[in-house]
Amino acid sequence: MASLTDLTIAQLGAALARKEASAVEVADAHLAKLDEHRALNAFITETPEKARAMAAASDARRAKGEAGLLEGIPLAIKDLFCTEGVQTTAGSHILEGFVPQYESTVTTNLWKSGAVMVGKTNLDEFAMGSSNMTSHFGGVENPWKRRGDNRKLVPGGSSGGSAAAVAAYMVPGSTGTDTGGSIRQPASFCGIVGLKPTYGRCSRWGVVAFASSLDQPGPFARTVEDTALLLQAMSGHDPKDSTSAPLPVPDFAAAARNPDIKGLKVGIPKEYRVDGTSPEIAALWDKGMDMLKAAGAVPVEVSLPHTKYALPAYYIVAPAECSSNLARYDGVRYGLRVPGKDLADMYEGTRGAGFGKEVRRRIMIGTYVLSAGYYDAYYKKAQQIRALIARDFRQAFEKCDVLLTPTAPTAAFAAGDKMDDPVTMYLNDMFTIPASMAGLPGISVPAGLDKDGLPLGLQLIGRAFDEETMLRAAAALEKAAAFSGRATGY
Amino acid sequence: MALDKDTVARIARLARLKVPDEDLAPLAGELSGIFAWIEQLNEVDTRDVEPLSSVSDVTLPMRADKVTDGGMAAKVLANAPGGAVYIDSSDKNAGGFFTVPKVVE
Repeated sequence: MASLTDLTIAQLGAALARKEASAVEVADAHLAKLDEHRALNAFITETPEKARAMAAASDARRAKGEAGLLEGIPLAIKDLFCTEGVQTTAGSHILEGFVPQYESTVTTNLWKSGAVMVGKTNLDEFAMGSSNMTSHFGGVENPWKRRGDNRKLVPGGSSGGSAAAVAAYMVPGSTGTDTGGSIRQPASFCGIVGLKPTYGRCSRWGVVAFASSLDQPGPFARTVEDTALLLQAMSGHDPKDSTSAPLPVPDFAAAARNPDIKGLKVGIPKEYRVDGTSPEIAALWDKGMDMLKAAGAVPVEVSLPHTKYALPAYYIVAPAECSSNLARYDGVRYGLRVPGKDLADMYEGTRGAGFGKEVRRRIMIGTYVLSAGYYDAYYKKAQQIRALIARDFRQAFEKCDVLLTPTAPTAAFAAGDKMDDPVTMYLNDMFTIPASMAGLPGISVPAGLDKDGLPLGLQLIGRAFDEETMLRAAAALEKAAAFSGRATGY
Repeated sequence: MALDKDTVARIARLARLKVPDEDLAPLAGELSGIFAWIEQLNEVDTRDVEPLSSVSDVTLPMRADKVTDGGMAAKVLANAPGGAVYIDSSDKNAGGFFTVPKVVE
């Protein structure tokens, strides 16, 4: 049998069911990988004791015949999900040492289905970033390297630790959150599958808030089927999140096991052919369409006219919501406190010292666009453009069932690159942000390697609450692309 | 639109962020760059477009107006950065207080 850490979630589930390994053995094998690859800095907090205790409880449940969907599967959790009794930092100094007294709904759902937590993964501070370089706990290293080049590359962001942990075979799956691309872009950079569900599919309760109208938890794994299994366990209506959709959870795994796309109309949005995209990615996009066509899909050219405005509109909406959400970090109830000469001085000192540069920048953008006299010119304008973006997608989906686009304009870049100008960094999310603004589901599937041997992903975007069609198309793309690349040299 | 140092200082004050004086000018440059890039939104005619504040079509649900949990003061106060003061130290869930610096003379 292959090494336990090489197995997918579906394979591990089968091995556990056949009693070829116990959940404790599976946990130990993966914990050893955490030890081995600690230099990647993928984790902020490792929880080996908790993992072994959860695995032992899982074995006991299985012995009683009570195995859940993810029984005994070790997972890494983005350090943005509150985990009871385990430090949750959001990658920020301001929350360093914060120990939640409650568990997020998504992780509660995962533990109910039998999964085992091995640790909390590194991320851009408050999920604001596309490189993982803004984490207070240092950047994460991408397990992939360019061929013949030993420079460290970024794993993407903000869920960079979760993506790197899966790509380095430290865990078979992990959770992330996606506000503007924070699951899909790191999945593309790390050569794995990452899925952002429809807004409202997974509860946001207990997830540290960044931009509440955009934030959505989602899974990472190495296959489409595994991603679907995780999504199935994470999803479901939650009365504690008023934007959680009161809809039943479909059998996502069944959809992912059915790559039949005969007659499926795949939209190619012409506005996604933009300057700044690497020619290799443009070529891979064409190849992706050819592969889907060969599997029976019908390509349809569609237009999303407001695509280029999604990114600047996002950089009003997301900072505005972030400035409101992060107002809660005042040094009074939890987190860092820097004493001051009076209350205002304490607030300002705490927030000045507790937040990093990018977070401070976004809070200031948000404060400005919401301030008296600027609200209509910026915030209202951005919300109107958001309405036009959502309308573009509605009209496109009258002509097609799913959209195919690149996930990111480039492959992973070197640590420290694109740090001089914030807008250059923001452009990383140009292909993922439009679907976020419209609340639509998206999935990144590894589809090829560039000339340097780095993975490149393609994105499929589905209709709202139609992750099943998207998963079927993703499974077809995965099957046709037969991506077998594996990170080396880490 | 270009932001000057004074405007940045005002925003920082509104956001309750301590920004050292020497950082104000570089921040003004960065924020001006971002806002100059955002200006392209003015190319779009948005007359009569209803602003979209939420993508969920669902009407926000109502629930019965009754207490559904409570009695967990110890948990609420567990992460208090200045430490907490409890009404009854033998029963922390009976209630307590966050502590803050003195604000009234």
